[in-house]
Amino acid sequence: MDQYTLNLLVVGASFALYIGIAIWARAGSTAEFYAAGQGVPPVMNGMATAADWMSAASFISMAGIIALAPAGGYTQSAFLMGWTGGYVLLALLLAPYLRKFGKFTVPEFVGDRFYSGGARLVAVICLIVISVTYVIGQMRGVGVTFARFLEVSTDTGLYIGAAIVFAYAVFGGMKGITYTQVAQYCVLIVAYTIPAIFISLSLTGSFLPQLGLFGTYAPSGGDVAFLTKLDQVVVELGFTQYTSHTTSTLNMFLFTMSLMIGTAGLPHVIIRFFTVPKVADARWSAGWALVFIALLYTVAPAVGSMARLNLTTTFWPNAVAGQALEGDAISLEAINTDPNLSWINTWENTGLLAFEDKNGDGLIQYYNDANPAMQAIAAERGWTGNELTKVDNDMMVLANPEIAQLPGWVIALVAAGGLAAALSTAAGLLLAISSAISHDLIKGSINPNISEKGELMAARVSMAFAIVVATWLGLNPPGFAAQVVALAFGLAAATIFPVLMMGIFSKKVNKEGAIAGMLVGLIATSVYIFLYLGWFFVPGTAMLANTPDAWLFGIAPASFGTIGAILNFVTAYVVSSMTRPVPEHIQELVESIRVPKGAGAATGHH
Amino acid sequence: MAEKTSSNAYWDANIRIISICLAIWFLCSFGFGILLRPMLSGISVGGTDLGFWFAQQGSILVFLVLIFFYAWKMNKVDAEHGVEE
Repeated sequence: MDQYTLNLLVVGASFALYIGIAIWARAGSTAEFYAAGQGVPPVMNGMATAADWMSAASFISMAGIIALAPAGGYTQSAFLMGWTGGYVLLALLLAPYLRKFGKFTVPEFVGDRFYSGGARLVAVICLIVISVTYVIGQMRGVGVTFARFLEVSTDTGLYIGAAIVFAYAVFGGMKGITYTQVAQYCVLIVAYTIPAIFISLSLTGSFLPQLGLFGTYAPSGGDVAFLTKLDQVVVELGFTQYTSHTTSTLNMFLFTMSLMIGTAGLPHVIIRFFTVPKVADARWSAGWALVFIALLYTVAPAVGSMARLNLTTTFWPNAVAGQALEGDAISLEAINTDPNLSWINTWENTGLLAFEDKNGDGLIQYYNDANPAMQAIAAERGWTGNELTKVDNDMMVLANPEIAQLPGWVIALVAAGGLAAALSTAAGLLLAISSAISHDLIKGSINPNISEKGELMAARVSMAFAIVVATWLGLNPPGFAAQVVALAFGLAAATIFPVLMMGIFSKKVNKEGAIAGMLVGLIATSVYIFLYLGWFFVPGTAMLANTPDAWLFGIAPASFGTIGAILNFVTAYVVSSMTRPVPEHIQELVESIRVPKGAGAATGHH
Repeated sequence: MAEKTSSNAYWDANIRIISICLAIWFLCSFGFGILLRPMLSGISVGGTDLGFWFAQQGSILVFLVLIFFYAWKMNKVDAEHGVEE
């Protein structure tokens, strides 16, 4: 059986499973549509949260970004710490109290705590901006995955993916999504770890990739540490040392912080904690979610570094046992005839990988042609530039099993895993968007008398609309899947997290303060992002070059969420101190959400 | 009034536990993983240094321990103050 058929079979089977579950657990009421009727136990909820949370960015993109980072893999540790550390904030600062509060949506909490429909409306706007940005990243991931395994262009892949996301998010609702996500978690974690185990065994002799990363390099006899070998190989070819810290410490700090507080402020993750039976369960749920997330996140740095080494040794076969440059680079003839290297041509078809024999010597030299020392060596040897002209970050994880020459079923499984990750997150996000529009916007302010049926209809229509917008923007994404997603985190960090935290931990912040804080955070962060990446991400509208030199104090757009959050906190406190104090009954509400006793089931009515 | 005092004591205990947990959270990620990495560069771990290990693996393990510790500790504190469900 050829690879194409195998891909179709495995991906098809996984889809049949999800759709089956979605039909079996179809939402009948608004309570089930939004919050799965509170009947989900902590471990299951943790697993579903993990699937919801780990998106195309985590699965497809993150290891590739770590692997191929021009400034070295260490600098991208921000993703690893940021996307897990946020759960500590969520578990300690938000989840138990929001569960105690017991409503369906984040804007509903903001509206009640800050006794204002205006605050609720601003929260809805923040939520929509965050979620739509996030969905764009997912759409890019779906497009890349479909492009590879159906062997079509990335754009066509995107259209197919959009249609599938639409079909199953619209019918399922939260209940369907929760159980489907448990299945998707299983598919994605198996798909991620199996190739990692195979590769770790062959490169380091260690069964656990987590140990392999800090183990020894097996193919050259095991006398050198794996990371030392990787450093040595990339440095020889003129690239930055993998483990060194070469970029701005300030930017790395702010970026990590932005991802952390953004994680704790993501509406589609927060609503997961409304679906557990008790406050104590909300605390455990966050822990279980992080267990399931950590399974992937501790494997990812191993996947990234091992993929980088495998890629490099594929192009420089001599690097396995000795120095890369002592032997010849890979030949064009080998790429075209060796069945083990057929992935190079298949990936070239997707447009995510490109090579060109610039000097016509029949060999493909992969090196850093921006490095002066390498330019000297290149001139001596008659090379006219790096001939592996493009390796897209987003292809690394998907291509990884092929580069490592693993069996066909593993390759198919990874495709299924990538789709599971992208689809589960896209569905969760669309649910958050649709509930914000139908529940908070339409039922909450425009038409409070809308029937339950009408509300569900409005939810589905807004989901459809959100998919269309995200697909259109996904055709021209402002970056790789993980980078687009990082922008969504910046926005969440600057808006939702501060307002929720102040709502719980301060009795002084009033409605004026909350509204001003959210607006300042949202506007400052989005304007900073749009200046560098284009207004509303429309291509060609960027006003400043997106380079470290042009950034304010060297702060990247994705790192600005931390600054936005600080502005939000400061504005809220200053404005609150100048305006009327918080009414007595709201202070009592704050008192009541601080103690677990007396938490009922979540309701949609005031 | 008695209830008010009890709930204040409960809240103070909660804030104290949160502060300790967040101090460890900060130290192991931003501290050891980023800011203090140069200081730890002498301690080598599998081909690199301790700071790299914290940044790419250690911090995640610490986060896990922190969340489970907090859940366990708070459920106990809830019971002590009689505010559990």
